[in-house]
Amino acid sequence: MSAAKEPLPLLQIEEAVKRFPMPQGILDRLAGRPPRAVNALNGVNLAVRRGETVGIVGESGCGKSTLARCLVRLHELDDGRIRFDGKDVAEYRGAERRAFNRRVQMIFQDPYSSLNPRMRVRQILGEALSVHRVRPPAEIPGRIAELLELVRLPQDAADRFPHEFSGGQRQRIGIARALAVEPDVLVADELVSALDVSVQAQVVNLLLQLQEELHLTVVFVAHDLRLVRHISHRVAVMYLGKVIEVGPTEALFTAPRHPYTKALLDAAPELDPTRRTRVAAARGELPSPLDLPQGCLFNTRCPHAFDRCFAERPILTPRGPEHRAACHLTDFGLPQADPASVAAVAAPAPLSL
Amino acid sequence: MSAALDTGSAPALSVRDLSTTFQTPRGPVTAVDAVSFDVMPGEVLGLVGESGSGKSVTLRSLMRLVHAPGTVSGAVSWKGRDLVAMSAPELRKVRGGEIAMIFQEPTSALNPVLTVGLQIEENLKAHTSLDRSARRKRAIELLDLVGIPAAASRLDDYPHQFSGGMRQRVMIAIALASDPKLLLADEPTTALDVTIQDQILKLILDLRDRFAMSVVLVTHDLGVVAATCDRMAVMYAGRIVESGPVVDLFREPHHAYTRGLLGSVPRGGAERTQLLSIEGTPPSLAAIPPGCAFNPRCSFATEVCRRDRPALAAYAPGRFVACHHHTEVAAAGTAVAA
Repeated sequence: MSAAKEPLPLLQIEEAVKRFPMPQGILDRLAGRPPRAVNALNGVNLAVRRGETVGIVGESGCGKSTLARCLVRLHELDDGRIRFDGKDVAEYRGAERRAFNRRVQMIFQDPYSSLNPRMRVRQILGEALSVHRVRPPAEIPGRIAELLELVRLPQDAADRFPHEFSGGQRQRIGIARALAVEPDVLVADELVSALDVSVQAQVVNLLLQLQEELHLTVVFVAHDLRLVRHISHRVAVMYLGKVIEVGPTEALFTAPRHPYTKALLDAAPELDPTRRTRVAAARGELPSPLDLPQGCLFNTRCPHAFDRCFAERPILTPRGPEHRAACHLTDFGLPQADPASVAAVAAPAPLSL
Repeated sequence: MSAALDTGSAPALSVRDLSTTFQTPRGPVTAVDAVSFDVMPGEVLGLVGESGSGKSVTLRSLMRLVHAPGTVSGAVSWKGRDLVAMSAPELRKVRGGEIAMIFQEPTSALNPVLTVGLQIEENLKAHTSLDRSARRKRAIELLDLVGIPAAASRLDDYPHQFSGGMRQRVMIAIALASDPKLLLADEPTTALDVTIQDQILKLILDLRDRFAMSVVLVTHDLGVVAATCDRMAVMYAGRIVESGPVVDLFREPHHAYTRGLLGSVPRGGAERTQLLSIEGTPPSLAAIPPGCAFNPRCSFATEVCRRDRPALAAYAPGRFVACHHHTEVAAAGTAVAA
């Protein structure tokens, strides 16, 4: 896609903010302390084009699942907006809202709790079809048969209950349910992380095939870097509720431009036993989302942090074709021009025994 | 690390025909079926498999941590003594002493109402002759050793005051308190984020070097095996189907299941292509197919595989496989299917 006449992105997330207030104890209230909140999303910017797969990666607590839930409006944003087809989704009402709900579908992580155990597969799929009135009632049985074939499940699956299926098969039912209403966008939150490795591959293969067949746009949220690399056209890396780097998959994985992305990639164990390292890639742990660091969110763990990182929060700036990173250093891997400006941050790693 | 079974050095732990059977209302279920392996001094052995393959039960069976109606048979030889036949009081000295164990879920393995200092000292009291003040000093040293910052001030904190990664460090400190010679680790990093997993795995390797411990690491993650283990044993339906040095197994798997597992994991360079998946799902332990347990999912299977169960046999020094067609599997290579 050329930058010159870029079509409008299908989904556009602008400065999305989501906070979850914490319950406040009576002592805090009496003392007049302000209520605290978990800062789940702290100004997320991301665009998703029609037909592409965007991977969202990050560690637990980075806000990736919250973002996925905001995309399908399971949560409403506190600030910022999400545009779908150019229009703010918060403004959708009535029939428009229903159409949005149909066009953006979510597949959940846990294939055990996301399907109603008391409903047969026929009812699970039929409910989606009748709620959105995508097919007249007479055509529903035929459509159910079609959907089962689409996700490679036997036809007799329709009359069985979710507990009669394995985890991988259940995830196929979840995919069929999402596809039943012919959506434009699939939001998959940790689609395969509950499954065994050999079964993961089956579901990933199915998703890749379906995307080609049905020209789906996919937002693939996962913590597994190898999987995201395999499946995505573009990848966004999140840290403490912000996208800190976004770019084409290959560029981001081979030449990361944010120290956190680099640490994340280095920490993921290599599949090649001849290429081992003995030094941990990242030091420290994620700060509490209740008290965000001043300045750059990664400054508590960054080996390259200098005084500006503690004063000013960097924004996403261009690093290459479609590649942006939120870091004050443009070439953090290279020696600094002015070492005096780099604060002494080479604190001993916790593992140097 | 020379780790072949036929090298001169004696293994630290030697397991022969270990079987664990659970009596269920629907008949006995064999979770671990005649498993044999050795662990050399200072070696990290990876037990790899999917859920239900018996890898965790194997680890627990080594120390007879299997509740009734489970029964353990076979021989686990540790320093010339058989842990399976040992009396309960004797076994208690070995458990948490010479052989320590860490678990997947530090949150549920630690006692939530005792301070971490007390939980470390508990182990020191059971397995060392240190007095109260020496125990406290040693507890601080141990917390420091596993990389907990400001160890002295964290001793009186409770588990909930630590993050997941720090709790796993506490559990390792408890395990190290008795100066173990063998560490049994059951999915120690599965519940952790990737940067924390990396820190913990490297900590375990450093401690292995420092204390000349052997480690048995149970995991489902081939990346973890590639990054930490010297030798690996792949389990399927309660049996070891292939074992050998990690580097060799990754380069040239001889069992179709190992090959399938390696192909199921995406690697860089072949983005958005179909992965080499394994059709079907692992069998229920109550209904293991006759012949080779893997035959219904195996693309190399023939009549003999449906009839005779292949035994784990050596085909090269230090490499074992239980497959009728292992040369064909090896010849098929590890290339990801197009």
